[in-house]
Amino acid sequence: MRHPDTWLKVRPDGLWCEPGGFFIDPVNPVERAVITHAHADHARPGHGAVLASAETLAIMEVRMGAGRAGRTQQALPYGEVLTLGGVRVWLQPAGHVLGSAQVAMEWDGSRAVVSGDYKRVPDPTCLPFEPIPCDVFVTEATFGLPVFRHPPPADEVARLLASVSLFPERTHVVGCYALGKCQRLIRLIREAGWDGPLYLHGALLPVCRAYEALGIPLGDLRPATVAAKAELAGAIVLAPPSAIADRWARRLADPVVCLASGWMRVRQRAKAKGVELPLVISDHCDWDELCRTLVDVDAPEVWVTHGREEALIHAAEAQGRRGRPLRLVGYGDEEEGEDAPPAESPNVAADATA
Amino acid sequence: MIAFAELLERLTLTPGRLAKVALLRRFFETEPDPDRGIGLAALTGELAFDAAKPGLIRALAEARTDPVLFAWSYDYVGDLAETVALMWPERRTNAQPPLLAEVVEALAVTPKAELPHLVAGWLDASPAPVRLAILKLITGALRVGASVRLAKVALAELSGGTIAADDIEEVWHGLSPPYDPLFAWVEGRGERPDPADAPVFRPPMLAHPLEAPDLAALDYPAFAAEWKWDGIRVQLVSTPAGHRLYSRGADDISAAFPEIVEHMSFDAVLDGELLVVRDGVVAPFADLQQRLNRKLPTARMLTQFPVLVRLYDVLFENGVDLRPLAFIERRARLEAFVARVQPGRMDLSELVEAPDLPALSALRDGARAASIEGLMLKRRDSPYLPGRPKGMWWKWKRDPLTVDAVLMYAQRGHGKRSSYYSDYTFGLWRELANGDEELVPVGKAYSGFTDAELVMLDRWIRNNTTQRFGPVREVEHGTAKGIVLEIAFDAAQRSARHKSGVALRFPRVGRLRLDKKPEEADRLDTLMRSLP
Repeated sequence: MRHPDTWLKVRPDGLWCEPGGFFIDPVNPVERAVITHAHADHARPGHGAVLASAETLAIMEVRMGAGRAGRTQQALPYGEVLTLGGVRVWLQPAGHVLGSAQVAMEWDGSRAVVSGDYKRVPDPTCLPFEPIPCDVFVTEATFGLPVFRHPPPADEVARLLASVSLFPERTHVVGCYALGKCQRLIRLIREAGWDGPLYLHGALLPVCRAYEALGIPLGDLRPATVAAKAELAGAIVLAPPSAIADRWARRLADPVVCLASGWMRVRQRAKAKGVELPLVISDHCDWDELCRTLVDVDAPEVWVTHGREEALIHAAEAQGRRGRPLRLVGYGDEEEGEDAPPAESPNVAADATA
Repeated sequence: MIAFAELLERLTLTPGRLAKVALLRRFFETEPDPDRGIGLAALTGELAFDAAKPGLIRALAEARTDPVLFAWSYDYVGDLAETVALMWPERRTNAQPPLLAEVVEALAVTPKAELPHLVAGWLDASPAPVRLAILKLITGALRVGASVRLAKVALAELSGGTIAADDIEEVWHGLSPPYDPLFAWVEGRGERPDPADAPVFRPPMLAHPLEAPDLAALDYPAFAAEWKWDGIRVQLVSTPAGHRLYSRGADDISAAFPEIVEHMSFDAVLDGELLVVRDGVVAPFADLQQRLNRKLPTARMLTQFPVLVRLYDVLFENGVDLRPLAFIERRARLEAFVARVQPGRMDLSELVEAPDLPALSALRDGARAASIEGLMLKRRDSPYLPGRPKGMWWKWKRDPLTVDAVLMYAQRGHGKRSSYYSDYTFGLWRELANGDEELVPVGKAYSGFTDAELVMLDRWIRNNTTQRFGPVREVEHGTAKGIVLEIAFDAAQRSARHKSGVALRFPRVGRLRLDKKPEEADRLDTLMRSLP
């Protein structure tokens, strides 16, 4: 048996499976890429052959435009094993967003699993994370500090709806990332009994339509752009985080600025962003989920790709595991929303300043 | 405690005044007694605990958490109580979060040695926001940005319009937590609480600014004039039951000015201006600011910044309410009072006599002392009414001083202005040794522009940003390209704490000087030479 560090390596382009001849979530265009999920920091345009779940490929196409999501694309259903250069490869649900997958690889008697981004709490828009026992577990650590513990998402949505009833003349504008968070939030709001219209910033609509086409109904969605200000009093509007406190939000009636993100756990983060109602809802593991997952997959060795790696490695070592920071660059946190477009289109931007 | 914790978080993050009042009102409407009253006391700063200190919180955290993870977490969050609240290891217990009143009562009576165990038990039973509220309560650092006044406005709303916030003001300082009689009164279940002899605050009478149309219509002989001094308005309340010095906003500031309270051995309620005065000369406001920054003055500050109260009015004397009397009658009472009692650290605000309005105007323009803001005009027959009754009292400020400055940096505002660059740092030109000139920041202005001008400035700033420092944008400010703002201000004073060497009092945008190029803006030298 050969240890995974002899065949799974960090290269400038990303994590490289040498015998398989492919990268996982490469940050630069490469010949062959396996993509865990369609967030922009993991799924980049311009690759040769792309292997991912059918849902991830569909969403990539919507976000990047036809033809930019890889020269050739291959959809791999969850659990179906493919052999690439002698490496047995399969995808397993990661519970992060629709289509998100862990990449499991076996070669020469050892097994490594790359989690991609993941979470453990149930999400009505995607399949739950399935732990795979392995020799090396490659994990993220976005919220890798014990101060990050996400409360039940239904409680956070209940706080939003309580605020809507307390301020019926104001518009609640909720910042949320366009892929995953937005659709999950819509479903959570629906599950809380709100079946009226939800208004969307134009940047959020395409992925919502893609989710619906993939079998996730989202109910009555309307563009916020064309709605009259009076119509938006008492309404819930979803928008990219970059838009909620900027010019775009001026069309709203005395908005209550909300942001759905794991970072909202820390009050100073909310205050610094001018958020009036922070909603602690995240598509990443919180600290407890990260630590529990290390136990569930029971890997003797844990590699950490990005986030707060030093704390998670400290916790892994306390569990008797070896920890190693990979220091992969190029993965941010989609929750910060920095790559969200500031406005829907040049025309709308011009309209917004009028 | 859950509702209180949610209220604290929302008050901390909510910029709007109306929204804060709505949040407070809902809390008072929905929380049971005595929790809502204890919550009111906590928000208005009426609670303090001696035994529980930050050291206790740190010790609890050390006992329950990994020291390495705690250090990293504290480093990330930056606030001790919040770090502990967020990372406290949750234990599944069947206990419910404690009630607010329960926490407050236990903190008051529990011996110090038993506190850690007690607090740990509460933290185990509570979700993170409640843990934070408990820890902030213990350390006395609620800081929610809700003034006492907002709480009174919210309480008044409970009465459905029959009781005003000013009515609550008049009984407030005679009440104590958990305020059962107050809630009974505003909810129509009980009588107005009688403050009896308690040294309660009375809502002050305020003035309207005198604009050109008002000036034209002014019936000059009906008015008396006084100087408008640049200090802070205070109310001196002295009854057989106690002596208090209140700010205009009803804050009890007695402890900060012991030398005033010491001389209040009379039975009266007086209205006046608190000023720093040396050898009979009123010092600039910045000197008084030194004293206002301190809850308890040091001996050195008492001698360095000596204060007195310049008396404007008398509201009560020997328990008799004089407020229904006309201003000139109260004025006569005040003069007699000062002559008879000769209270230390107090003097009488003089009436400014002029045969007609133009003569008065000339006096106003002639007063260039920085400590005089202008004139007050008070109707001779005006009773003392709370709030700002129309046509009774006018404040007639001097025309502001102005300087043409260049916009250098901009920052977004708060609340309704959070999407606009509405906070402006402006600068004046200074000559360098080599003969070149550079702009030096002189002050910040947040107001004075119209909505249309704000939109124009916001767009210009976004299109002419040269650098960003976090939330601050540096904008074009070369000699030929940039925005010139006419800055209006009430006074200028030399200052060692400012890079420019000068501090402006109440700077605001007078108007946009789009007709001027930055190189035509004023020189710092010119401003400095105009200073005394």
